[in-house]
Amino acid sequence: MQRKTIIWVFWIAAVSGLTGYFVWVLYSNDRTLFLIGKTTDGHHQIELACEVCHTSPFGGGPVLQNACVSCHGAELAQANDSHPKSKFTDPRNADRVQILDARFCVTCHREHKPGITLAMGLTLPGDYCFKCHETIGKERPSHKDLAFDSCASAGCHNFHDNRALYEDFLAAHLHETPLRAQPQVAVRANSASDPAWVERARIALARVSSPDTTGGKPADPRILHDWESTLHAKAGVSCNDCHMLRPAPAATAVWTDRPGHNACAGCHAAETAGFLAGRHGMRLADGLSVPLTPMSPTMARIPMRADAHGTTLGCATCHGAHRFDVKFAAVEACTGCHNDEHTRNYAKSAHAAAWEAEAAGLKPAGQGVSCATCHLPREIHRGEKGDRVVAQHNQNNNLRPNEKMIRSVCMNCHGLGFAIDALADPEVIRSNFAKLPSRHVESLDWVERRLKTTRKPNQPGQ
Amino acid sequence: MKRTYAKITPMLGLAALLAACDKPTETAGITPQQMADALHAVMESDRTVYTRLVVNRLQNEEKVIKASEHWKDQKALPLPAQMFRYGSEMVGKKTDAFTYQLLSLWPVNKQNAPRTDVEKSGLTFVAENKGKNYYAEETLGGKKYFTAIYADTGVAPACISCHNGHKDSPRTDFKEGDVMGGVVLRIPIK
Repeated sequence: MQRKTIIWVFWIAAVSGLTGYFVWVLYSNDRTLFLIGKTTDGHHQIELACEVCHTSPFGGGPVLQNACVSCHGAELAQANDSHPKSKFTDPRNADRVQILDARFCVTCHREHKPGITLAMGLTLPGDYCFKCHETIGKERPSHKDLAFDSCASAGCHNFHDNRALYEDFLAAHLHETPLRAQPQVAVRANSASDPAWVERARIALARVSSPDTTGGKPADPRILHDWESTLHAKAGVSCNDCHMLRPAPAATAVWTDRPGHNACAGCHAAETAGFLAGRHGMRLADGLSVPLTPMSPTMARIPMRADAHGTTLGCATCHGAHRFDVKFAAVEACTGCHNDEHTRNYAKSAHAAAWEAEAAGLKPAGQGVSCATCHLPREIHRGEKGDRVVAQHNQNNNLRPNEKMIRSVCMNCHGLGFAIDALADPEVIRSNFAKLPSRHVESLDWVERRLKTTRKPNQPGQ
Repeated sequence: MKRTYAKITPMLGLAALLAACDKPTETAGITPQQMADALHAVMESDRTVYTRLVVNRLQNEEKVIKASEHWKDQKALPLPAQMFRYGSEMVGKKTDAFTYQLLSLWPVNKQNAPRTDVEKSGLTFVAENKGKNYYAEETLGGKKYFTAIYADTGVAPACISCHNGHKDSPRTDFKEGDVMGGVVLRIPIK
């Protein structure tokens, strides 16, 4: 009898103890215990904010789908998604959905499955295309002998974004030279004399009603010296515009020594939104279920410099607190932390030589190639007051896959065929484009061959 | 006598109540076929307006803008078939009361060829029987649908010239007024 009692007491104590411990961990700040597998490279920074994806403990696929779409939906729409959900909700494709339920992101992109996770979080073997496109060999004889898992090869096809790879686009860009006659990216309008630009600065100034102040402290002459030559100074953006912040919408503005990205977002909304969507700033994004510290090189999965271990990422990290030096932000800010081969090889590259030539005034603006030229590319934003050139601050936006870079970056200076070949060669990327592509992707050749054997390509108006 | 009434009256009352409940209310309900015909009338008219007044007029007559499959890249007008498909996708996001697609026995994009038996027989029927629609029921993915198929004709020179000249079109001898495909409209039924 006594032995039985002891056993009962032991088990009740053990179960209560364990339950209590797990509940305590669940409501604590560090829930690493509950991570059931290494998370993907894209999500590992926010892996402890479980509720970002698991918005409800129950609900399964549809609940997770909402979470995916809330972050990635806009990007997919912009990419003119080749396989949108609407294709698979069509009843005539019900049999295909039985084989591969492409209505839900998690069918192909399951989190917490490190053993089967491929690039871009894909957790399916490479033959997923074949399940619906098994007759492609008949429609395209050139594809007849290809391996059934070779569809998503570099330079051929992507499931979502084919803006640089669709047949008519390839047809329109056959036989382009590797380097264009006028290689140049869009130049940002940063002149203080641009009336639209100054108008925006004036509107920003009007937001802060309190007079110019330095928070009651004597102004540091070094800080004033840094600031007074900047475009912020020319536009009339002074101390209080960034340092006087309202802790809540209706509260009084108070002096903040180190303003965060919210201070910049007032004028630079697009850049801040990009920063918070990418791997530099996603830990600071709104809507995270737990507050996370800013990203730091110590948390990164790719090689980082040891002497950057103390750096935390915010706008001022790359742009400087008062100098707002975009040239520093374009290269030195990156090489100050990143220590992978591609970064280390940049300094010796032809791109870097062009960048230095531009900085020295030997090349016109837009012909140099910095880290930012490719990884924070210039985009044209359409607005009521005209078009603006804005740097996309989501540095991961055109890397998944890297063919996304073709139209926004590479084709400003290079022909399509050369760009496809270069991006498909990991050795070329590793060397930071120090060598010519060793492999040729035949997509353009096949398009050319097909055009010769069929009627003229679809010219609008025919 | 009294006992008989006592037994019968509640039974009669119950029977009357059940009868009143069971009988379907005679409201102005519409059949799936009527609903399909009405929806198709709207779709066909909207697309015909777009094809004639926008695409054919501005591209072929006034020659101020082209229509192209890659309208965004080429700063052109979306094709009428695309206008139709984008509408269909938008409807799909708003409701699952019905779905519709534009299919053809001679599709430019092979994914728009008929796949189900009803689609195949329906598209053949409307192509061979001008002026008639095709109605059937089919089960897809375990769900039952009322399927209506309507002929889709080349209503403007723009339709004919583009399809006849397209490198991926399996047929190049369309004439204005020919049946080029069909609108397949599905309404889930019990």
